[in-house]
Amino acid sequence: MLRRIRLAQLMMDKACRKFGRPIRIMEICGTHTVSIFRNAIRESIPPMLKILSGPGCSVCVTDTGLLEQIFSIAQRKDVILATRGDLLSVPVDSGRQKLMEIPSTIAVTSILEAIELAKIHQNKTVVFAAIGFGICVPGTAVAIEQAQREGVDNFCIISGLKEIVPAMKALLTEKNHQIDAFLCCGNMSAISGYDIYNPIMNEFNVPCLPTGFEPMQLIEGIAEICRQLIEGKASQCYDFAVSLTAEGNKIAQKYTADYFDVVDDYWRGFGKIEKSALRLKDKYDKFDAHKRFGIKRTTTEDVSGCRCGEVICGIIEPRQCDMYGKECTRQNPLGPCMASSEGACRTWQKYSRK
Amino acid sequence: MCLAVPARIVQITGDDAIVDAMGNQWPVRITLCPGVVCGQLVLIHAGFAIAAIDEERAREIWPLIAEIDEFNEEQTHNYKGNV
Repeated sequence: MLRRIRLAQLMMDKACRKFGRPIRIMEICGTHTVSIFRNAIRESIPPMLKILSGPGCSVCVTDTGLLEQIFSIAQRKDVILATRGDLLSVPVDSGRQKLMEIPSTIAVTSILEAIELAKIHQNKTVVFAAIGFGICVPGTAVAIEQAQREGVDNFCIISGLKEIVPAMKALLTEKNHQIDAFLCCGNMSAISGYDIYNPIMNEFNVPCLPTGFEPMQLIEGIAEICRQLIEGKASQCYDFAVSLTAEGNKIAQKYTADYFDVVDDYWRGFGKIEKSALRLKDKYDKFDAHKRFGIKRTTTEDVSGCRCGEVICGIIEPRQCDMYGKECTRQNPLGPCMASSEGACRTWQKYSRK
Repeated sequence: MCLAVPARIVQITGDDAIVDAMGNQWPVRITLCPGVVCGQLVLIHAGFAIAAIDEERAREIWPLIAEIDEFNEEQTHNYKGNV
């Protein structure tokens, strides 16, 4: 293993010498954010290699408008809101309220548990907050199929499901972007296949490398990015994550296509991104909380002073936000990047020694 | 939240399966990986098997899986020893 680490370091050093300026690699998966800090990857690579946290935390990229809508649904007396735990401590209403303070909010580990809740509580509507990227979408479709087949009519979802590639494209389309490469999520690519990054690599010649979360996968993945940067050509590589194929999981993709339409949607920090989100097809209206409760998808201003949007886009580091570590802490988060377990600000505060 | 757990399938009933990782067993849905069989290693995300893992390749780059198997073997050995 030491030999592999040495080889990786040599490649990184070579890239730094060739470029003579900081090389910026953006990771776009919240689990990568945590793993990189937990394993001190930033401290293990040359200082000229900069790892930026991008829009990889699904809770963080969810705009305040949708968070407030989820909150207002959770407050209804006829509703039980089922959500993954990550959303519970995200503040809405300028940090004054959190979902965990609403008694009828229940944390679940899977949407399948939410369906079981609906079967038990037949006098309530169980709304599942479907916040996540492509990896979460096929499972959501399977759950909708089950609810329809079993006649669980008191179940629906509020969708904050998004696709990461349109956000990557939005970042690279910015005139003064400083992103040299993307470190992509190996697990998400197991569903989508690594072919989904081809449009980005072809159009922008920016390496997109899916890796797993183990330290060696990350170190060798970063070295492979350096190799591609030295060569000056972005190319497919899937040596650093398990179970990757070019085409991904076709059955999962069919579920996504059968149940969801791709629509424009709001992202924190970006505004509206074209064809970046997934909404249930019209024929599954009754399982769509927006339609069931007659709520129009709108967006609203973020908490005043919160710079989560700039953190998500890699424009600033968490410590450059005036509220970081002062008004906004892990104990009392004001922005989603501090509230979510995979948020950049929270991870910085938890692991960073600086 | 893209963390997925590698686990072995120990029982299959239709679209439902029981998986095992380090002695912890829990139910998952295998609708997205219909070809999997008992004994196979899969990635589990939020209650769903999302991909079958190529064991040989996984072992090379994912020491965790080796640790899980080592733990399971130890447990089996200890159990037999007690009998």
